Amino acid sequence: MKPGRWLPLAVFFALAVLLASGVWMSRKPNRDALPSPLINKPAPAFSLPVLHDPTRTVTLDELKGQPFLLNVWGSWCVECRIEHPVLTRFAETKRVRVIGYNWKDEPADALRWLEQFNNPYWLVIADVEGRAAIEWGIYGAPETFLVDARGVIRWKHVGPLTDAIIASELMPALERIEAVR
Amino acid sequence: MRSKNILLALCMLLCFSLPVFAQVNSDSAPLQFQDKTEEARFHALAAELRCVMCQNQSLADSNALIALSLRHEVLELMRKGNSDAQIKEFLVARYGEFVLYKPRVEPSTWLLWLGPLVLLLVGAGVVVVLIRKRTPGTLPVDDKQEW
Repeated sequence: MKPGRWLPLAVFFALAVLLASGVWMSRKPNRDALPSPLINKPAPAFSLPVLHDPTRTVTLDELKGQPFLLNVWGSWCVECRIEHPVLTRFAETKRVRVIGYNWKDEPADALRWLEQFNNPYWLVIADVEGRAAIEWGIYGAPETFLVDARGVIRWKHVGPLTDAIIASELMPALERIEAVR
Repeated sequence: MRSKNILLALCMLLCFSLPVFAQVNSDSAPLQFQDKTEEARFHALAAELRCVMCQNQSLADSNALIALSLRHEVLELMRKGNSDAQIKEFLVARYGEFVLYKPRVEPSTWLLWLGPLVLLLVGAGVVVVLIRKRTPGTLPVDDKQEW
């Protein structure tokens, strides 16, 4: 048999491999989530008021020293409500400080939301205008960042946290940064 | 005359009642441009940037709240005297390469930029080989056939 006869078959398999790899690469449910360029970069400095006491401001430097989880949420955000029980369960383990980043929200609405569903956060900072959020590359709530003791962003998740994501991504990331120290 | 006034009032009411969101959107007012050149530059730039929330729209077209904020940010950076390249760099540093509709030419995007050209060359090579294989004079000698 002439080798030329195999050519169409070879082309077919090459195409099949190409298409199958496309399907394989899009298997993740949150494939639309943008990979953050800030991973392993120092977290952007900020100075934002505390939701429960607007006269007090918190800066990034004050939060350094221990790792923390920064969870972006808003009372207008439907997915945050779905995420809330998961986040509450995680926060109750006291594994790491969970800080709420109240994004583009009316403080009164945010406080009412926390009262209604219970407050899982160690501290909530409020970014009403959403200017500081641009520095963090935040584009939709909920988003969650893991920042290490030195203030470097080590992990980010876009979309609601689930128990599976906490177990398979967040916990290993936490263990990694704790091993380094 | 009176009915006209009522109609006008109704129209105005409609205009003011449209943007009702629970979210804080103090910045939902249309952007105010200083002059035509600024406006043209802004629109050209915003059309080249992708909205990070609704990824099939440009920053200029999107109604997502983050797109609103980013439009304000872009305009502000323009007024601070940043070049288009600097503004793109600002957004790429925070949101990643994804915000650029036209990816930059660098090692990781060579395949993307040069891939079609490589495929074209391969195709041309195949055509050349096939034509060379056809030895001249193999045309049917059946001269009596009518075309």
